[in-house]
Amino acid sequence: MTRSDRLVRILSYITLTALIVVMVFPFLWMASSSFKSTDEIYSLTYFPNKPILDNYREIFGSSLFLRWLLNSAIIAVITTISVLFFDSLIGFTLAKYSFPGKRIIFVLILSTLMIPTEMLVIPWYIMSSRLGWLDSYWGIMFPGMMSAFGVFLMRQFMESVPDDLLDAARIDGMSEFGIFLRITLPLVKPALATLAIFNFIGDWNAFLWPLIVSSTPKMYTLPVGLAYFSSENLMRWEMIMTGSTVSTIPLIIVFLLFQKHIVKGIALTGLKG
Amino acid sequence: MLVFFILRGGDGMKLRQKKTMTAYLFLLIPLVFFVFVRFVPTIYAFWLSLTDWNIISPKMNFVGLDNFRELFSDTVFLKALGNTFKYVLYGVPLVLALSFVISLLLNAIQKGQAFYRLIYVMPYITPLVAVSWVWRWMYQRPPIGVINGLLSFVGLPTQRFLFSMDQALIAIVVTTVWVNLGYCVVIFLAGLQTIPREYLEASKIDGANRLQVLTKITIPLLNPVIVFLVVTQSILFLRIFTQVYNMTDQGSGGPLNSTKPLVLYIYQKAFLSFEMGAASSATVVLFGIILLITLLQFQLLKRRIQY
Repeated sequence: MTRSDRLVRILSYITLTALIVVMVFPFLWMASSSFKSTDEIYSLTYFPNKPILDNYREIFGSSLFLRWLLNSAIIAVITTISVLFFDSLIGFTLAKYSFPGKRIIFVLILSTLMIPTEMLVIPWYIMSSRLGWLDSYWGIMFPGMMSAFGVFLMRQFMESVPDDLLDAARIDGMSEFGIFLRITLPLVKPALATLAIFNFIGDWNAFLWPLIVSSTPKMYTLPVGLAYFSSENLMRWEMIMTGSTVSTIPLIIVFLLFQKHIVKGIALTGLKG
Repeated sequence: MLVFFILRGGDGMKLRQKKTMTAYLFLLIPLVFFVFVRFVPTIYAFWLSLTDWNIISPKMNFVGLDNFRELFSDTVFLKALGNTFKYVLYGVPLVLALSFVISLLLNAIQKGQAFYRLIYVMPYITPLVAVSWVWRWMYQRPPIGVINGLLSFVGLPTQRFLFSMDQALIAIVVTTVWVNLGYCVVIFLAGLQTIPREYLEASKIDGANRLQVLTKITIPLLNPVIVFLVVTQSILFLRIFTQVYNMTDQGSGGPLNSTKPLVLYIYQKAFLSFEMGAASSATVVLFGIILLITLLQFQLLKRRIQY
């Protein structure tokens, strides 16, 4: 290693570490502010002199935050399960069967990736209002029950499952659905994990459609609830920061638990749209 | 022998038919979904864009391209369209340049790469609504905004940020860059690691300096990654909404529409004034722009660089 290489390396470490401060500071500032009292919030101290839990007590006591947490959890879990099931079933069918129209079906599903959600929300809204889906869990969830991107991902992984394995199971008398469920699904677990995590994060953070479709505060998801709560409590920054902290913590936990999958998932495909 | 053959063939036929039936059965619900939740709404949006429908009136009149004519003479729409392009033109180069430099630095170090990368990615998975409010607070006027506190601490003049017509849009761009940076770093780093070491070493032996290696080897070989990121980031900035809704006063895209992007314009047209026809026309414009960029990507990716 030459001297200039070593110099580059040292400078790299210094710059990267300085950048960490920029990346982490907003999180720390948010968390530390959530423990401050109304008096202390404007003093710009980095750590509260007298940390208090009153803000959290207020958020969980007199606001709908717990309800919003529950709504978000229900919606994210159900849509993620649905996406996992249907996307892998579609991927399996497209990868492992040959039938007329297979190519065109695949291309049609993929082509929906080009359609921006913003274009669909108006028709979805009209559809929901006609069918009585406004302001309901189903109304929030239905557009995300399957994802074209997931189909693309699962089909690729399903193709790597050897046909011999499936034929062997057929000879043993297993049903086609049983083959899908018990032979192929366990073999594509890493892909399922990636899809599940990204879908969960996407659903948890979704804003535009839940904002449009839900109209009573009880039906809000966490992001919509946080936006509503913050504009209701404008200038009460300690409460807004507490709300932001509460909405962020579940994702930080998911992130720390599945960090390898997340980084790999981004590198693999470049998700989220 | 012959009987055996026919039997097997017959069985084969049956199995094949059975498999075809199974495939269609498996695809039944998904096809219903993609048709009724994706295709029909898309066609409906195009149709709506040619009508004067607002949700209150029962009448829906076909007005041809009138909506588009009106859009392009509406100063607020033109402002929103211009702002949208500003978001792309400021945001995409900034996030790409920064993430490229960071990924080069990360590639130069050996220990701790995963740790740094992890920290940089964190904002990307954080709820954007929370991020927006945290930054909105940090951008506040002195004495309560921490960024202004820092500025005056080092002796620089304080800024109005989100309250200023000139700075608000840029302030939102900076927040968005902070969010998307880690994502781009991960993709760039993955791209950098696919470049064979031999190329870099061979060029060094040939006497190329760092800058030459960078411009003659690294960047050309990263071309597909760069194109991919330019396109995905452009689309992301074109669709900007959540940040603006949460960082501006009452989600208005203010001050005085100076931060209002296309999607916020669409949202207000459709769900605050209920002009579904006009709003749909604006979504068609957005769709057109995104389509154009995507097609451009395919064109640019055709020119692969090979050594």
